[in-house]
Amino acid sequence: MTSTLNRPDADAVARPEPVTMAAALNRALADALDQDERVVVFGEDVGTLGGVFRITDGLAARFGEARVFDTPLAESAITGTAIGMAMNGLRPVVEMQFDAFAYPAFEQITSHLAKLRNRTRGAVGLPIVIRVPFGGGIGGVEHHCDSSEAYYTHTPGLRVVAPGTPADAYRLLRQAIECPDPVVFLEPKRRYWSDESAELTVDGPAIDRAAIRRPGRDVTLIAYGGMVATALDTAEAAQEEGWDVEVVDLRSLSPFDDETVAASVRRTGRAVVVHEASGFGGYGAEVVARLTERCFHHLEAPILRVTGFDIPYPPPMLEQHHLPSVDRILDTIDRLQWDDHA
Amino acid sequence: MTRARRAATTLLPSVDPLQLIDPDGRAVECPDLELPSVETLLELHRRIVIGRRFDTQATALTKQGRLAVYPSARGQEAGEVGAVLALRAQDWLFPTYRDSVAIVTRDVPPEEVLSLLRGEWHCGYDPHRYRVAPQCTPLATNTLHAVGLGHAARVKGEDTVALVMLGDGATSEGDTHEALNFAAVWKTPTVFFVQNNGYAISVPLAKQTAAPSLAHKGIGYGIPSLLIDGNDPAAVHAAVSQAVARAAAGDGPTLIEALTYRIEAHTNADDANRYRDRAEVQEWLARDPLARLETYLRSVGALTDERAAEVTAQAEAFATQVRDRLNADVTPSPADLFAHVYAEPTAALREQQAALEAELEQR
Repeated sequence: MTSTLNRPDADAVARPEPVTMAAALNRALADALDQDERVVVFGEDVGTLGGVFRITDGLAARFGEARVFDTPLAESAITGTAIGMAMNGLRPVVEMQFDAFAYPAFEQITSHLAKLRNRTRGAVGLPIVIRVPFGGGIGGVEHHCDSSEAYYTHTPGLRVVAPGTPADAYRLLRQAIECPDPVVFLEPKRRYWSDESAELTVDGPAIDRAAIRRPGRDVTLIAYGGMVATALDTAEAAQEEGWDVEVVDLRSLSPFDDETVAASVRRTGRAVVVHEASGFGGYGAEVVARLTERCFHHLEAPILRVTGFDIPYPPPMLEQHHLPSVDRILDTIDRLQWDDHA
Repeated sequence: MTRARRAATTLLPSVDPLQLIDPDGRAVECPDLELPSVETLLELHRRIVIGRRFDTQATALTKQGRLAVYPSARGQEAGEVGAVLALRAQDWLFPTYRDSVAIVTRDVPPEEVLSLLRGEWHCGYDPHRYRVAPQCTPLATNTLHAVGLGHAARVKGEDTVALVMLGDGATSEGDTHEALNFAAVWKTPTVFFVQNNGYAISVPLAKQTAAPSLAHKGIGYGIPSLLIDGNDPAAVHAAVSQAVARAAAGDGPTLIEALTYRIEAHTNADDANRYRDRAEVQEWLARDPLARLETYLRSVGALTDERAAEVTAQAEAFATQVRDRLNADVTPSPADLFAHVYAEPTAALREQQAALEAELEQR
């Protein structure tokens, strides 16, 4: 089966136009469905309704119910049947409605999705994408704003990716669908309606590579998903403080792009990792550990983290205290021992 | 009674388990099942003899330390063999850790079947080659895989039926519930084959369910269900054949509950005397699947002494093969640990592999 990745997209937008992340994801699904008849899209409310966030809007009408369909309300079954379909040659792209609602699927994801290739010594691969709207910042009530990436990145055999921009949402989702490995695709729901002027194309960094969103000299700010925009806002504000901030968008949480990120931290000598998820045992701890191992002698200060507190996600009225903000990140950058080196 | 409610009652299983050959080897009238041909019954007999010999050999190998563990299916051969022989070449089998006899009956080489229990690798065979899914340890999780695989077959316009094996305990798992529901809503070509052997390790059926039978669970999903004598190879083969034909015709899933008994303990590590009576075991030995089939086949003149001796010789030859292959040492390669985590090993994994190899060189 030849990859479609290197073909110029016949319908690619010729001139960059404003596109939201939601629209970019919708376009990626449409293009994937159009170019590969093995792709099927299913989950709760993704058919007729087009998804609670409208990410699958119009797809059922265009491609028919055999390709894009609604399921009964059962996440373990959505994932388990996707595994069976992939065993029989289809490429399922399933949707979990919100990330905390994916937990019933956790066993299927960790015991089977992540392990089947390994269990069969490569005989059975599972090219499945599990799309999960994750993160907060939308004023959602309980269970609608979790960040569950630590559980999945800790599971060998899974790829975990998170787009930070609309253009990358298109690219990463196309790449994830093409990928022979199972991918947990974390969509920062707070950014669904953010837009940027961008050409939607698969050309760009590979699925396992990080991207430098803003080059800088003084400190590396490492973020993913919804925090990429926050990091860029921070870099903008940091100029007034006299810091030239480099923003790295991880894109792939697992596998981790050691090469790109370590190179950045060696150059700047200082780093801050930002994520919404609670800090203890969080994904940021892994990033700090491996960067410290690789960059220790280049560091001017310990690598710090700005994360959610070690609390269950707050109610909407208190959410803003929990989420990493521009100010909190600037305060953290300030603690990177600049005066020691005056 | 409304039409819907009348239709619903046809989904219910029979009051008594369906049976074609009784424990004494006599043919029984059964309007709901068709007695398999003599050729089929002779083949069932042959494979049950071989399957039972395999099971005994595997048990022995465990005592000798050649297998880490062996969950025996002794006494359940009617289900293990009867269900598998009712499948066509293009169909798929989804077994559990107890179904080694079934997998062997599907012609997977015995050393590949036993790779998991030997501790060599998690699955020793290529699922696509034999159309047998890896042995499922987290019970019931494979019911969903079977449903999905069958659904994909329909989407692709292919005639494939997926038979998934589960025990009485597995029917309590949420995944079984979800799988039955999805199978019914999507009308998938699935046969849910429940071997009710009375115990989930030590937990008896009475603590597992309050349903009148496990087959009664089908009606809740709109799935027609059969309750059968799971120690009657003819009934098993007939019922599963019927369900496979239904599925292949596009009429959707069937739930079959086969009443049987696990003669041995859960595994070699279990002590069954702690939770059940030897008297109960004796009762079930009197309902042995092989004995009744032999009696019947001799009574109709199909099984001669010559044929029986030939079958026994085949079984012994197979046991020898199993011994020879399992007694040979295997040395799984540590490199395999890293090779198949992803389609292509990552740089980080290659580093870890190199570190392990350096460690091994130093020892």
